[in-house]
Amino acid sequence: MSEETDRNTRPKASIEQRVVATKEALIDAGRITEADLDQFAHMAQDWRPENGAKVVARAWTDPDFRARLLEDATSACAEMGYAGPQGEYIVALEDTPDRHNVIVCTQCSCTAWPVLGLPPDWYKSPAYRARVVREPRRVLREMGLQLSNEVAIRVWETSAETRYMVIPLRPEGTQSLTEDALANLVSREALIGVALANPPTR
Amino acid sequence: MDGIHDLGGTQGFGRIDIEADEPVFHHPWQRTSFALMMATQIVMRSHNTDEYRHAIERMHPAHYLLCDYYERVLTGTVSLLLEKGHLSREDLEQRAGGVFELAGPVADRPMADLTPQPEARFSVGDRVRVLTISPSGHIRAPKFCRGHEGTVIHRAPKFRFPDTSAHGGELRKEHTYHVEFASKDLWSDSDAANDSVIVDLWDSYLEASS
Repeated sequence: MSEETDRNTRPKASIEQRVVATKEALIDAGRITEADLDQFAHMAQDWRPENGAKVVARAWTDPDFRARLLEDATSACAEMGYAGPQGEYIVALEDTPDRHNVIVCTQCSCTAWPVLGLPPDWYKSPAYRARVVREPRRVLREMGLQLSNEVAIRVWETSAETRYMVIPLRPEGTQSLTEDALANLVSREALIGVALANPPTR
Repeated sequence: MDGIHDLGGTQGFGRIDIEADEPVFHHPWQRTSFALMMATQIVMRSHNTDEYRHAIERMHPAHYLLCDYYERVLTGTVSLLLEKGHLSREDLEQRAGGVFELAGPVADRPMADLTPQPEARFSVGDRVRVLTISPSGHIRAPKFCRGHEGTVIHRAPKFRFPDTSAHGGELRKEHTYHVEFASKDLWSDSDAANDSVIVDLWDSYLEASS
């Protein structure tokens, strides 16, 4: 039996076993440490869509900040403490009443980690990556966002190095809300463009 | 590489469901897989991000489509650790008690012969066409836009050129451009008169169009 045939007939290791084996082999070889792994795992927990929501709320309430965000989102986000891997060049996309923006990475699953967080499962799904560039209106409708046919949809493909965030329209009836309360209306899905900002609860 | 990863426009997929209050990771192994991906690139400097992305692209299409994202992350990372001699397959499989599914090999001639473009050739408003190239290695021009004309709407800073960076070729940086394509130009069945797709493309993927 050839080595390859032999390989094909032997049981596959589960993903949990493969992850543990890789981790232990690298640690035993002295190439990485547990502390290295903890550091990156903690970073992942700090990249949250709540960060992007705060950026949006500030843009809604502070015209100077909004101008800076549209001119240079990398600096404007860094000003609020949001910078790091996959945030080296951020561009903010502002929705208007007649133009809606939505983000996709068709070739892998890139997002602006510091402001959007690591990508959610739906964003990483082959279905989203395949479909939203081709039939965005139908995809958005299926995901619960019904846009008027008058609204043009811009789909932003993020397979190169620009990382995007959407500034959704500020909902009606939010004039009296604080910046913190406004940020609570902005979900990860709104920052990617498959949802609108939520209306205020009364 | 005209691989399974280049999914834009592929048909036959179904609905996309949003999970309410989705956690960052669903299982502890996913967190470890992510941390290993980061540590092998940033601490060990075993390989760069372009090599890593291409290793995932080299996975068998059926494995790629059916497995979890963080299994692709682990598979790409481990494939490179073995290819670069940092770990041995025998040791890993003994530790894991079973076989590892890995990425396929890099193509013999992975890079297209693209002229380096160190200076920005295009400006906002220019009409450009994406070259109709199909190299067998890493490339970040999605198939769905190759050969199509669009309009430059933004010039981004210079970034390392992924096609050569992924294959130990010349390290070079080029501007990328946000090129807007009319949806009805990309998809003949599109009835969306005003919709568009914007793709971020390196200078040497493009040529001037009148």
